[in-house]
Amino acid sequence: MLTLYTRRRLINAMGLGISALAMLFGLFWLGWILWTLLANGLPHLTTAVFTQMTPPPNSSGGLLNAIAGSLTMTFLAALIGTPIGILAGTYLAEFGQRGWLAPTTRFINDVLLSAPSIVIGLFIYEMYVVKIGHFSGWAGALALSILVIPIVIRTTENMLRLVPNTLREAAAALGAPQWKVINMVTLRAARAGIITGVLLAVARISGETAPLLFTSLNNQFWSSDLDQPMANLPVVIFQFAMSPYEDWQSLAWAGALLITISVLTLNIMARVLFRQSSTTY
Amino acid sequence: MPTFLRDVHMKRHNLLDTLFRNITRLSAFAVLLLLVAIIVSLIIGSAPSIKAFGFNFLTSTDWDPVTDEYGAFVPIVGTLATSAIALLIAIPVSFGIALFLTELSPRWLRRPLGIAIELLAGIPSIIYGMWGLFVFAPLFADHVQPWLIEELGPLPIFGPLFQGIPMGIGVLTAGIILAIMVIPFIASVMRDVFEVVPTLLKESAYGLGATTWEVMWNVVLPYTKIGVAGGIMLGLGRALGETMAVTFVIGNAHELSASLMMPGNSISSALANEFNEAVGELYTSALIELGLILFLITFIVLSLARYMLYILAKREGSTA
Repeated sequence: MLTLYTRRRLINAMGLGISALAMLFGLFWLGWILWTLLANGLPHLTTAVFTQMTPPPNSSGGLLNAIAGSLTMTFLAALIGTPIGILAGTYLAEFGQRGWLAPTTRFINDVLLSAPSIVIGLFIYEMYVVKIGHFSGWAGALALSILVIPIVIRTTENMLRLVPNTLREAAAALGAPQWKVINMVTLRAARAGIITGVLLAVARISGETAPLLFTSLNNQFWSSDLDQPMANLPVVIFQFAMSPYEDWQSLAWAGALLITISVLTLNIMARVLFRQSSTTY
Repeated sequence: MPTFLRDVHMKRHNLLDTLFRNITRLSAFAVLLLLVAIIVSLIIGSAPSIKAFGFNFLTSTDWDPVTDEYGAFVPIVGTLATSAIALLIAIPVSFGIALFLTELSPRWLRRPLGIAIELLAGIPSIIYGMWGLFVFAPLFADHVQPWLIEELGPLPIFGPLFQGIPMGIGVLTAGIILAIMVIPFIASVMRDVFEVVPTLLKESAYGLGATTWEVMWNVVLPYTKIGVAGGIMLGLGRALGETMAVTFVIGNAHELSASLMMPGNSISSALANEFNEAVGELYTSALIELGLILFLITFIVLSLARYMLYILAKREGSTA
């Protein structure tokens, strides 16, 4: 018969042991997935990947058009989404004390933050692709920009709230009008944090596949015409990985490694740039 | 400055102030508009299917492009089943991770470990899918599934869930991979809400002689239960809408099966697989209706999640 103390100590030790195991469990998957990527991707990551176009089945080639397409659409999406996100975030933090708009927007934005990205793809398909009658790079960029906006809004608001009020008051006391206070003092003070948000948003969209399936689709050839279907890494990886051809599968692994490295680097950069931010959710 | 010049000056700034405020307000309003536009466009897109099948769409198991008969029951069940499996695994693991990060880990290790777990959330969905299909599923089929079928298959009530053949892909595999994907989300919410518990409260319990586990279980968890529930709902929202990882491993079969070992389908994977190949207005529209259902389910779940987290944040504000 255990004494009460021994039993409590035992339960404690067991609980904490399981907690440490849970931590290891989490790290284990991370390690396993990264190792798989390195083992399968590194051997295929040749210079051809960066210099040649995506090949037809059973021949060698690279991912140049897909990389270029991904960079273009990600850049455009950030370009469209960031200003809207920063402005709306500014409204929530600086003007949102009264009225119904700010709390409602904050709530809806938090919901959109985790909304299924495939539905965003469907939305752009319905709104844009159906109207113009074909898939296009613009449609892909638009779909991605809708994913950028909520992330940028969230971080912008959070970062602006961290700016001490005394700073705003000091600027106002010098006679600066509100638009000057916000643009030249508050937003500048929160700059590092806002850039973090943009980096996190770019990291998020550069791996997104689902919203591109119905919008930009894919293009086997080099295309700089944004009005045409545009190749992009995630969709190419999806197609190539699901194919029975070995050349394609190897390229898919190389692409997977490439995408993961860039996404994780962006994530780590964002965290180094601004230590306090954590907006994974 | 002469008075009239100052007036001009003030007027200009007032104008700019108003302008700036309204531009930001418009952007905030755009977010609401976006939500409305998403819902309206999905409803318009699914109108033919809603007209043709009505509420039967939700309960019908048909999915036949040849006869143009569609029902959402199979993908809905697949989505719910995979998400349920994911939560079953992810909740205890996330709790353990959050406990480790807030109470056990040495201070210098907290940050790197926290970042490592968050990186798990950063890995793109498609990578989970590839890894799941090419690495995890074969191992799972060779080493785990035969054992599950052997040991759990003959059980009276739960047995049918584990009967079948070890194929690697299927509902169970999809659920497990979803679990790994949502662990970082649930764990980081749990960690954040555990950190809002006043130190005074915890120290009082320690002072009375409670063990770390008892403080966690009897003080921290009851204090933060709304936030924890919010975190779980957030993870559920993510799991419901996850597309690529599930598409790779679920098997994409429009068949209802009692067994978790068998291939199934989820709303998102049906969309990813079939949408571009869908011919005919009714087929496309049925798929869009699936998307609408998915959006509404996740919207409700995520709203509940956010509401719960707000309650906790508010309470924290009022007691601080």
